[in-house]
Amino acid sequence: MNRWLFRRAASAVGTFLLACTLLFFLMRLTPGDPLLRLSEDRPMTPEALANLRAHYGLDQPVMTQFVVFLGGVLRGDLGASIEHGGRPVVSLLRERLPASLLLGATTLLFNFMLGIAIGSWQARHIGRRLERWVDLAGLATASAPSFWVAIVLAWAFGTELHWLPVAFMHDPLLSTDAGRLAHLLDDLDHLVLPAATLAIVTVGVTARYQRAAMLDALRMDAIRTARAKGLPESRVRWRHAWPNTLGPMLALFGLWLPIVVSGSVFVESVYSWPGLGTLAAEALASRDYPVLMGTAVLIAATVVAANFFADLAHRWIDPRLRNS
Amino acid sequence: MGTPVTSGIVRRTPSIRVGLFLLLALGAAALFLPHFLPDPRAQPDLVSGVLLPPGWSHPLGTDHLSRDVLARLVYGGRVSLAIALGAAVLAVTLGAGVGLVAGYAGGRTDAALMRVVDAALAVPRLILLLLVVALLERIPLWGLILAIGATGWLGTSRLVRAETMRLRTLEFVRAARALGASHARILLRHLAPNVAGPLVVATTLAVGDVMLLEAGLSYLGLGVQAPTPSWGSMIFDAKPYLVTAPWVAVAPGTAILLGVFAVNLVGESLNRRFGGRWT
Repeated sequence: MNRWLFRRAASAVGTFLLACTLLFFLMRLTPGDPLLRLSEDRPMTPEALANLRAHYGLDQPVMTQFVVFLGGVLRGDLGASIEHGGRPVVSLLRERLPASLLLGATTLLFNFMLGIAIGSWQARHIGRRLERWVDLAGLATASAPSFWVAIVLAWAFGTELHWLPVAFMHDPLLSTDAGRLAHLLDDLDHLVLPAATLAIVTVGVTARYQRAAMLDALRMDAIRTARAKGLPESRVRWRHAWPNTLGPMLALFGLWLPIVVSGSVFVESVYSWPGLGTLAAEALASRDYPVLMGTAVLIAATVVAANFFADLAHRWIDPRLRNS
Repeated sequence: MGTPVTSGIVRRTPSIRVGLFLLLALGAAALFLPHFLPDPRAQPDLVSGVLLPPGWSHPLGTDHLSRDVLARLVYGGRVSLAIALGAAVLAVTLGAGVGLVAGYAGGRTDAALMRVVDAALAVPRLILLLLVVALLERIPLWGLILAIGATGWLGTSRLVRAETMRLRTLEFVRAARALGASHARILLRHLAPNVAGPLVVATTLAVGDVMLLEAGLSYLGLGVQAPTPSWGSMIFDAKPYLVTAPWVAVAPGTAILLGVFAVNLVGESLNRRFGGRWT
């Protein structure tokens, strides 16, 4: 187990470093110059541009830049932003991370709870009329652009019905001494629409995976044995078949994170949710390249870590993997 | 869809029929309707003709520049569908190439290629695209197709690699090699046709992914550039008028939803018909 853990961890670190390498060279190989774009927006003398170039180390040879970049990543230094008064990218990311984590965790929680419930239900009632409609509905919600769903929900529940706030994470008018509980409830109020949007556009896929995993599990010989023993059908399903779907769902968890991150770029910017997605969208608009790179590096680290922990958990719940 | 097997599948599976019908309808609308509609660039009345609600003269209303929403929707459909098809075919071709080589060569080549794929998959495709597209001012249409296609082959390469590794050990490949066939010939004439099934599914599902990506990029103002309409850029344009004139955003959003739904319906049904191994 320990040797496996060590090798798996080493491979995760390797994957992350390779991802950073790819990101760096992707940026360098793409035609176009972030500083030239910047100087189009505001007048700059050639000397100022050269100074800026030297400041960001862009006058160095590419390999030197690469070594500096990778060394910075390892030390947790992602450079300084161009906007935001030249603040370190890391401190910007740290400021925005909690909001994104809250949104992401809420989304994943609801996504997996609902998706697993719906998918298991579908596998139980496979081929029935209602099941087929649920299946189609899942496919339809997965086909909707997240920003459009966000716009529609904001219009319906915010503008028309006035049920829920449609922007930011805190009510600016809520007084600071309103008490902890009031602030917590206020944040949750603001969380509902963004989290619902992300859950709606992703839950259909989880349900389809769960449905397929459950159908696969029900085809196992062990299930025939369990039925032959005369066990009640519900026990066969939940105690014998269902645990076998946990492995595929854990693998899905690792695959899921990039999708939730991408979705949150749009959803966060529609709802002005102060997370990493909004930061990336703002950086995009102002061509703040270091911030964009920093966000990408952080996301890559998160995805690699999620895959690592999903593997770890899979080993923990599946004795066949542990003993092999 | 020429072989008897696939046409049989189409006849037997209602959801594929619905999906294909939707796709054909959207494609036909994009191809033929522009001839019967006003010029999508025309701005007939900038004073009293802006943001008109749906009515007789403008079935889907007009936008903030008094342009006909239906005309722009149909014309934008051409752009969106062309990008989706081009980028999906490019992505799947690249993925098939890498997957065939990795799966057939095995050993170090395979290990190296798959390491790169693993690492690249750690960064979401959207973020990769944002990084690339943000550097390019006013990206041309072919550039957009290239960028979206070049970032979408990772999943397909894994799929094709697994399928190739399975096929590689079968008798017909060994027979071909015993007959003196070159590696290139084995790859192209013997292995490639055998992964055609998963590739059809992968391409179909990739078209849906690309439509959503293109819409998203255009919505952020990075994709298709004004005045060319695409479904995503129409929503981008409509953003300030969401409250006063929601129809300007609802029409393209519905079009994206229908288009992606149609291709996903076809792709997912084919996938299930073939045993659900290919996603």
